[in-house]
Amino acid sequence: MIRPPVTDRTPREYWRRNVRYVGALLFVWFMVSYGAGILFAERLNEIRIPGTGFPLGFWVAQQGSIYVFVVLIFAYVFLMNRLDREFSVDETDTDAGSGPRGAA
Amino acid sequence: MTVLAWTFTLVAASFALYIGIAIWSRAHSTSEFYVAGKGVHPVANGMATAADWMSAASFISMAGLISFLGYDGSVYLMGWTGGYVLLALLLAPYLRKFGAYTVPDFVGDRYYSQTARVVAVVCAIFVSFTYVAGQMRGVGIVFSRFLEVPVELGVLIGMGIVFSYAVLGGMKGITYTQVAQYCVLIFAYTVPAIFLSLLIAGTPIPQLGFGGADAETGAFLLDRLNGLHEELGFAPYTAGTKSTVDVFAITAALMVGTAGLPHVIIRFYTVPKVRDARVSAGWALVFIALLYTAAPAVAVFARTNLLSTVSDRPYADVPEWFTKWEGTGLIAFEDLNGDGTIQYVGPDATDAAGRPVRNELTIDRDIMVLANPEIARLPNWVVGLVAAGGLAAALSTAAGLLLVVSTAVSHDLLKRSLRSSITERGELLAARISAAIAVLIAGYLGIDPPGFVAEVVAFAFGLAASSFFPVIILGVFSKRLNREGAVAGMISGISLTASYIVYFKFVNPGANTAEHWWFGISPEGIGSVGMLLNFAVAIVVARLTPPPPERIGVLVESMRIPRGAGEAHEIEA
Repeated sequence: MIRPPVTDRTPREYWRRNVRYVGALLFVWFMVSYGAGILFAERLNEIRIPGTGFPLGFWVAQQGSIYVFVVLIFAYVFLMNRLDREFSVDETDTDAGSGPRGAA
Repeated sequence: MTVLAWTFTLVAASFALYIGIAIWSRAHSTSEFYVAGKGVHPVANGMATAADWMSAASFISMAGLISFLGYDGSVYLMGWTGGYVLLALLLAPYLRKFGAYTVPDFVGDRYYSQTARVVAVVCAIFVSFTYVAGQMRGVGIVFSRFLEVPVELGVLIGMGIVFSYAVLGGMKGITYTQVAQYCVLIFAYTVPAIFLSLLIAGTPIPQLGFGGADAETGAFLLDRLNGLHEELGFAPYTAGTKSTVDVFAITAALMVGTAGLPHVIIRFYTVPKVRDARVSAGWALVFIALLYTAAPAVAVFARTNLLSTVSDRPYADVPEWFTKWEGTGLIAFEDLNGDGTIQYVGPDATDAAGRPVRNELTIDRDIMVLANPEIARLPNWVVGLVAAGGLAAALSTAAGLLLVVSTAVSHDLLKRSLRSSITERGELLAARISAAIAVLIAGYLGIDPPGFVAEVVAFAFGLAASSFFPVIILGVFSKRLNREGAVAGMISGISLTASYIVYFKFVNPGANTAEHWWFGISPEGIGSVGMLLNFAVAIVVARLTPPPPERIGVLVESMRIPRGAGEAHEIEA
C-alpha cells in the first residue's frame, strides 16, 4: 500500500490524526443512532426491509444501530493500531512500568 | 423435576462455580497473572466487563419493558450499547495510560485537588447506590417468584446473599468469576430466546425471528402484534408514544452514563496495554450485543404470547404461572365489570358498541422475562436456568458496585483524603462497613422503588452522565480545564439531575407528566441536560480562574501517547 510521505511525526500531529478519526467515527455513530434510529425513524418506518416484517426505522433502533456500534469500535482499533505504528508510539513488550506514574 | 427443584439445582451449581473460581484465582492472582504487566487478556476482560455491566436491568427488566413500550424501548437498546463507542473512542485508552486505580483517583490527580477528589467520591457513591437499588429489586423478584414469597421478603433474602457474596466472597480476583457469570447469563438468556423463536417464528435465530412470519397464520409477527395492539386500544408496537425529544434525551443520558460509570471504567486498568483497552471495549460490546439484539425479539415474543394467553380469557381457567405470580403481588386482576373474564386493554379501548372498556389487569413489567418460559410452556429446566441467569446478572453487577462504594470510602475518602495514617486493617473494616450500609440502603430502595428496575438503573446512568463524563473527557481533550472548573461542573451537573429526579419521583410524583417536564424531558432523560450544564459550567469557570500548573499539561500529553503505559493491575478491595 502506498502512503503519502509523512513529514511530520510529532505528538501534536499524532493527536490531530487521532481526533480526526474519532470525529469521523462519532459522526457515523450519531447519524445512525440519533439520526436514523430517532429523528428520522418515523419516516424510515414507511420503508420495510424486503422479505421481513421490519419497518426500517424500528429495525435500526432495535438491531441495526447495535451492529454498527460494534463495527465502529473495531474500525477505531484498526485505525489507531496503524497510526501508532506509523508514529512509532506503539507499545513494545519491554516498556511496561515506565508510565507517568511509574509502575502504578 | 419440578420448576422449584430445577431452580435450586441450577442456582446452587452456578454459585458453586463462582466460588470455586474465586478461590482458584485468589490462589494464583499474585504469583502468576499479574507479574510483569501481563494482566488479563482483552477478550476475557471484555467478557468480565460485559458481566459487570449487564445487570438485573438488562437481564430481567429490559425485554419486559420493551415488550410494553414497543419502539420506545429502543432508548434502552441504543442507550446501553452506544455508550461503548464513547468509552472506546474517548475514554478507555487514555484512562489506561493514565493508570489511576479509581475514577476519583483520576479526577484528584488530573485536577491536582483534594476537593475534586472528594466531590468525585461523593458522586461515585451516589451513582453506585442508585444502581445497587435496582439490582436488589431484581434479585427480590427472582426470589419472590421461586420461593413463592412476597416481593418484600424476596428483597430481604437477596440483601443477605448479595452482602455475603460481595463481602465474604471473592472481592479479590473477581475478573474470572465474572467471566463465568457472563457465560451463565448469556446461556440462560439465549436458550429460552431460541426456543421461543422456534416455537413462534420457526427459526432458531431470534434476531431474525421477530421480523419473520408467524408460524401459525403466516402473517408477519410485527404486523400481527400491531393489529392486536390496535384492537385492544394500545399504541402501535413499532411506533411508540414517547415524544422524539424525550427519546433523544433518554438515549443520550444512557449512552453518556455508560461511559461515565465508575465500575465499568476501572475494568480498563486490568488489561496489559493501551491497545488492549481499546479492543477490550470492542469485545465487551460484542458480548453485550449478543444479549441486546436478542432482547427486542424476546420482547415481541413475550408480548404476542401474553396477549394471546390472557386477553379475554375467563379468570377461572387462567394458566398455572398466572396464579403463581399473583402470589408475589406482581400481577393482579380486578374484575371491574363482574363478567369473570380478563379484559386486558389499552387506554383507547372500546367495545363493539363504541363504549370505553376498562383495563382489569395490572402486570409488573419486570416479571416478563422470568414468566416468559412458563407462558410459552417451555421445559422446567429452562425456567430454572432463567432464574440462575438473572441472579448471575444481578450479583455480578452488585458485587462490582459494592466494590466501588467500599473502595471509594476506604481508599479515596479515608486513606487519600481524610486520614492518611489509617492502618490496612482499619481500611478493610471501613470498606466492609460501607458495603454493609450500601446493602441496607439499597435494600430499602429495592422494597420501595421509584420505578421498574430498568428505570431505577436509568437514573443511575443519568447521575453518572451528569457528573463524571464531562470532567473525564475534558481532562483528556483539554489541557486548559482546571480544578475550579471540574469541581463546579460536577457539582452543578449532578445537583440539577438529582433534584429533578427526586422532585418528580419522591416530592411530587403526581406532577410527573410531560406538561410539567422541562422541554418535555422526563426524569430518565434529564441526565443529558445535567451533562450539558456540567460541560458549560466547567468551561466557563475554567476561563475565569487561573490555568492549571505546567506539570498537568505534561501529564495530559503523556496520557495521549500509548507507549509507556504502566503495569496492569487487578481490581481489589
